[in-house]
Amino acid sequence: MKTSQKVAGATANYVDERTGAAKWLKKNLTKVFPDHWSFMLGEICLYSFVILLMTGTFLTFWFDPSQREVIYHGSYLPLSGVHMSAAYDSTLHLSFDVRGGLLMRQIHHWAALIFMSAIVAHLFRVFFTGAFRKPREFNWLIGIGLLTFGIVEGFLGYSLPDDLLSGTGIRIAEAILQAIPVVGSYLAFFAFGGPFPGTAFIPRIFIVHVLLLPGLFLALITIHLMLVWYQKHTQYPGPGRTEKNVVGYPLMPVYMAKAGGFFFIVFGITAFLGAVASINPIWLYGPYTPGQISAGSQPDWYMGWLDGLVRMAPPLETHAFGHTISWNILIPGLFIPGIIFTGMALYPFIESWITGDKREHHLLDRPRNAPNRTALGVMSITFMLISLANGGNDIIATHFHLTINAIMWFTRIGLFTVPPIAFVITKRVCLSLQRADRDLVLHGKETGRLVMLPTGEMVEVHEPLSDAKKWTLTQHQQPDALPAPLPASATVGLKGKFRARLNRANATQIPAATLTDLKELGDGHH
Amino acid sequence: MSDHSQVERFQDPGLPEHVHRNADVDPIAAKRAERQVAILFLLSAVGTVLTIVSYVFVKSDKYIYLPVMGSTNVQQLLLGIGLTAATLFIGLGAIQWAKKLMPDQEVIAERHEFRSEDVDRDDLVATFKERGEATGLGRRSLIKRTLGLALGLVGLSPLILLRDTGPLPGKYFDTTDWAAGTRLLLDPAGTPIKASDLEVGAVAQVLPELPAGTERTLENTGKDAVLLIRLHPEDFNLDAQRLSWTYQGIIAFSKICTHMGCAVALYEQQTHHLLCPCHQSTFDVTRAAKVIFGPAARPLPQLAITVNSDGYLVAQQPFTLPIGPSFWERNSSNG
Repeated sequence: MKTSQKVAGATANYVDERTGAAKWLKKNLTKVFPDHWSFMLGEICLYSFVILLMTGTFLTFWFDPSQREVIYHGSYLPLSGVHMSAAYDSTLHLSFDVRGGLLMRQIHHWAALIFMSAIVAHLFRVFFTGAFRKPREFNWLIGIGLLTFGIVEGFLGYSLPDDLLSGTGIRIAEAILQAIPVVGSYLAFFAFGGPFPGTAFIPRIFIVHVLLLPGLFLALITIHLMLVWYQKHTQYPGPGRTEKNVVGYPLMPVYMAKAGGFFFIVFGITAFLGAVASINPIWLYGPYTPGQISAGSQPDWYMGWLDGLVRMAPPLETHAFGHTISWNILIPGLFIPGIIFTGMALYPFIESWITGDKREHHLLDRPRNAPNRTALGVMSITFMLISLANGGNDIIATHFHLTINAIMWFTRIGLFTVPPIAFVITKRVCLSLQRADRDLVLHGKETGRLVMLPTGEMVEVHEPLSDAKKWTLTQHQQPDALPAPLPASATVGLKGKFRARLNRANATQIPAATLTDLKELGDGHH
Repeated sequence: MSDHSQVERFQDPGLPEHVHRNADVDPIAAKRAERQVAILFLLSAVGTVLTIVSYVFVKSDKYIYLPVMGSTNVQQLLLGIGLTAATLFIGLGAIQWAKKLMPDQEVIAERHEFRSEDVDRDDLVATFKERGEATGLGRRSLIKRTLGLALGLVGLSPLILLRDTGPLPGKYFDTTDWAAGTRLLLDPAGTPIKASDLEVGAVAQVLPELPAGTERTLENTGKDAVLLIRLHPEDFNLDAQRLSWTYQGIIAFSKICTHMGCAVALYEQQTHHLLCPCHQSTFDVTRAAKVIFGPAARPLPQLAITVNSDGYLVAQQPFTLPIGPSFWERNSSNG
């Protein structure tokens, strides 16, 4: 036996005698993971988070989260002698006087943008494939939590340098707090330690940003991954894949290499962006003062939809009995986001209420086979995109020579008219695709080859689909194939009738092609 | 719809035949794949060397002009490219290794039922019942009630301890540093201003002169910032009272947006509109900063100004309304 083998054996023995690790390692090293590119989206989230932790820790070694006033004397000469907070000063120091400091700042910020983009892309994948269905509802809830806290974490993170742009965002956040009826002015004074801007806010959000929220993320991500591990990952339908198995590659060595390799790829791409793409150049904005602002102020993209809603809100306030209620802030800033995120969180339960489906699902849906869900998803995305567009209405106006007035009215009206149109179009597209699938299975693939029949007729040769393809296109369970989707008792009363209506609307499908259909068509049919 | 029981559905043909990769059957292809992986890992090592060399030997104040990127710090760029290569190529190497050389036969594993066995569930229920009864909570309502009281109260202390996170707002929102006779000082110069210093069409930011020895803080600025705008007096469309708050065509408004507190810094000289860059609330200067567009619900409060005996612009009186965004206690019946 080689020395290395002896050492490895001795180490393994040492650990196993104290932990019993051999048993669960044996089980888990052979765990099977299905392979599909769309499963890598969640991985991007995880790896971005790790990159954020590492680069963030680096930054904390130099960042001073204090708002005490200092005078700048670092290498960035245009700001020489300017009064600023220690937070802004230390960020300038990191950017210009710490080797690799600007690189780390930029990798950190890009990683945050990628983190949020990947969460949204992963959310779309999970939603459109129905991966949130039983038994994965808990993971969906954790995911929505991660999305929500991610938005907050990003906002707090880019506000730490106390520059003019992010300070404006903090001012807006303070105004939302202040607008809350009865307790608003108290909450604002408690959060900021007195009047705005005060000197307490940056140090307080620092602790939330580097300790409380990362701790929460670690806990939530751990549970999220443990659930995926224990429940096993979902898989796309195909030959050999059933609700009762997982087809893929084992953790060791394949998945370890692929997933581990992917981490380094994500790191590499993020590092590249940090190296060549300037992001958040705070030295151009100057330190925060409430008396100044720059034109074209925008939040980071994941808050753009919120800004868009606030911009398009009608100027509604109630002035009564010596009090003021700002509906123009509360509705777009609190109520609508509250409804959106609550709706998202509850969606798995709403869908199972409509369909009456209480079965476990481990095979994913092809989005076309769930037309209502897919249409609802596209409708929601359209709503968010229109809000997001309005969040940049000043930039859009200057670049495309439009008026802000026109964009605002377009988005105000479009917010309510375009999403339903998107729903109808998407549903029709899904049903068309189902029809196309059926035709493909029954008539085969068009080959473009023309053949003349003895009768003189010209026909195109259609190649029949392989058995694997036929299976993939017809394996899905359709709502009307279920014995009794909703028990009769569930359809009584106003609520029951509403539920039955939704259930029937959801059951709109093109029937999947069957072997019987194919046989009925007979041979020689083109 | 045909009768379901007689409809034959397509069957699952099972996993497809495994197709071997080149490297699985051809040792030359395998060697080539191995070389590719090795080169990728070596490129990563080169990247790390580049990072270390840049850190130690490249001057941190050297800049180079690059297309698209503009003036770029050489050391930062090289550190970044080095780090990119160091990490990216490990990943590419690992993926190439897995794809070309590691076994790619699909493996099947069975899923397990999550639901516990009935006997386990019944045992759990029984255990819970038995040990629950052993606590005696069911019989001993005094314990139950006082436990509830103790646990309910213990959460209050941490909340109360947060009281000192900030003072009570009191009358803070109602007042600024503007009072009768307060001189207007140009920001950032800090000098007093005469009417003749402002041309028609000009706009200036002013702050109040604070009592001697008082330091100006950001909190002061956040309440006191005022915009001074000069128009032709005939351009105004104001009632008599508001007109009396202007001086020879010079009008003063709070710069803090009544929507969400941003500085209303954009002035459109031709249209006499003030535009807030945050949410595009637009205020008409000729009509006492009336809101003509955007989500702001109230006009910018107007500061009444005049000149003192030395000819410097001063405030006639404090703001008659709280400036800035709304809050519950604000009496907004007058704007």
